[in-house]
Amino acid sequence: MSQSRKITYREALKEAIREELLNDERVFLMGEDVGRYGGAFAVSKGLLQEFGEERIMDVPLSESGFVGAGIGAAIAGMKPIVEVMTVNFGLLPMDQLVNTAATMLHMSGGQINVPVVVRMSCGIGKQLAAQHSHSWEPFYAHVPGLIVLSVGTHEDARWLLHTALQSPDPVVIFEYTSMLNMEGELSEDPAEVDITKAKVRREGRDISIITYGAAVYKCLEAAEDLAAQGIEAEVVDLRVLRPLDDATFIASVTKTHRALIVEDAWRSVSVSSEVSARINEKAFYELDASVQRICGAEVPIPYPLHLEDASVPQKKDIVEAVIKMIRP
Amino acid sequence: MKEFLMPSLGADMEDGTLVEWRKKPGDPVSRGDIIAEVDTQKGLIEIEVFEEGTIGEFLIKEGEKVPVGTPMALIKTEKAETEVEKEKQPEEKEKEPEPEVQKSSEEEPALQPTEEHIQKETPLQQPATKRIKATPLAKRIAEENKIDLSLITGTGENGAITKDDVNRAMMEKAAVKPAEKPSEELIREKTPEKAVESGEAVRLAVAAAMSKSNREIPHYYLEKKIDMSTALLWLKEVNKERAVRDRLLPAALLIKAVASALDEVPSLNATWENGLRLKNEINIGFVVSLRSGGVMVPAISNADLKSIPEIMEALNDLIPRARTMKLRSSEIGSSTITLTSLGEGGADAVFGVIYPPQVAVIGFGGITEQPWPEKGMLGLRPVITATLAGDHRANDGLTGSRFLTSLNKHLQNPEAL
Repeated sequence: MSQSRKITYREALKEAIREELLNDERVFLMGEDVGRYGGAFAVSKGLLQEFGEERIMDVPLSESGFVGAGIGAAIAGMKPIVEVMTVNFGLLPMDQLVNTAATMLHMSGGQINVPVVVRMSCGIGKQLAAQHSHSWEPFYAHVPGLIVLSVGTHEDARWLLHTALQSPDPVVIFEYTSMLNMEGELSEDPAEVDITKAKVRREGRDISIITYGAAVYKCLEAAEDLAAQGIEAEVVDLRVLRPLDDATFIASVTKTHRALIVEDAWRSVSVSSEVSARINEKAFYELDASVQRICGAEVPIPYPLHLEDASVPQKKDIVEAVIKMIRP
Repeated sequence: MKEFLMPSLGADMEDGTLVEWRKKPGDPVSRGDIIAEVDTQKGLIEIEVFEEGTIGEFLIKEGEKVPVGTPMALIKTEKAETEVEKEKQPEEKEKEPEPEVQKSSEEEPALQPTEEHIQKETPLQQPATKRIKATPLAKRIAEENKIDLSLITGTGENGAITKDDVNRAMMEKAAVKPAEKPSEELIREKTPEKAVESGEAVRLAVAAAMSKSNREIPHYYLEKKIDMSTALLWLKEVNKERAVRDRLLPAALLIKAVASALDEVPSLNATWENGLRLKNEINIGFVVSLRSGGVMVPAISNADLKSIPEIMEALNDLIPRARTMKLRSSEIGSSTITLTSLGEGGADAVFGVIYPPQVAVIGFGGITEQPWPEKGMLGLRPVITATLAGDHRANDGLTGSRFLTSLNKHLQNPEAL
């Protein structure tokens, strides 16, 4: 039996970065305030002291510039981990990611890979108001050529980065501000993290709850509540938002015949829209109820705490939605 | 063109075998014409057509066995030359609108008279063209297992039929089958069209309907002894005027009295399928025992509107045909309540099993002489024991009691019937 220990989501992220820095000298971390300040969310605290300025690089407030620099370093043979402090600034380097990183392999006739890893903190933090509470995973998940990952668990926080760095193609990783202080159990064994596969986090027979990111734990908690009421929900953590691993969630829906998709992002033209469409395309004759979704409210995320809570799916909403689907 | 479908002659009928077409393509047909003879569990049934028009094309061949609802023929009708409309189920459409219906019903005249008054806010009978709402999975399972979705009530989202609903229907279907014949395929193999004794098929149909009834319907039972002296005296007087072959039997009088009592207690003339549906017509199913075992229950339609001689005529026509299993589709599927009468020399009382989805069955024992106290004196009277088995989901003992009281009243005043 493997040992497990308690660890925060923040610590897990940091251990992952530190391990990569130790194991591969081509790996370096660049981003705003990652060095002397220790990272806006203290994820890289102490790393500058341990690894020095060449490997932990503070950059100017110019997302387009330093993400472009990271892409260049990757093309030149390095393995950069570029931290964009939060997704809220993620529109500024989007041109670099969409027009350069995602297309380079194609434009170079297959000659040039871009093995860059870009990390962004994402989602609702705590009362950061409309401009700093974005869930923009769907923007990036729209772009062919990018691999888009979402870190919904401690396990992925600790072990996903290593696999991402093995990818020859650009990877965008979304981490969740609201989960940084959350403690979780982590096995000492390195988990096999396959960044082409979604993961069933809980098995169940009655309904598939398909989700990702900050909603994963909420769905798991909801599944516990539902189990007490005799409903066995299967929770599928998408983990890979592009390219979507539809085989895993289609298999789940084929087993349970019902699907509820839960995400924090705005409802329209979202990851859940795509998942729902694929279920209809590939598992229509398995459905015993229409596919349902719970998503973020389509408003600028409000500042007051109770309104902020109301703007994204909560455990109670998930439980209610499932019960309504199973016992209409 | 309209499709002419294999009709359902009751909830226990799954399929029928076309024995003979009585018409050929190009023949004109009008409402009530016999178009085909079909072999069912209930024997050879003459199937009537409910359209005016011309036979267009036969879609199945003689000897073919098809599930209920399968199109059998296309009929060219004048009003619908181009579109193919699903025909309504026969029980919904076989009756002409009749005056009593108009008065009792606020519905548009276009609606069929056997439309029920519905107490719950469920939609009226669904026209057959209405889409059946079922989940894709439920539809797939139903198709694979040959389950008729139109007979299933959905419990899903917006009343959609779900996998569980179909599974339940399949289990019910399986439950009425003998244990050694678990699968439908096996049953089919073991009941080749003509090889099975008709008696056995009837036995199986009775078994299915009665098992369903006993499983689902909470019966309550009431009985009332009725003095028949006035009624028999009246019959004797009336029969004096009639030729021997036209004589009226007590059964005709009993049927008429039951119809009149139902007119006063209409909630027994109903069906229960996820809620009570009162029936506008009083069609009394009269149980006919077959010599080979089993029963047939042809309906005496609109018994409340028929005179006693007319009911007698109907009995004289129906009973021999029922015994030889030569009934028509309209006579089998339309009864709204069942009456079973043991006749002379048999048991004193019969407590029936309701024929689903009806909500009551009336039973009469034999007429026997019994001591009868009246006004402090004890005399001998011809007495019949009337019983009622009621569906306690649909009505209560008080309703049943009111019915039996009303029945007694009518039998004491036969001349008014």
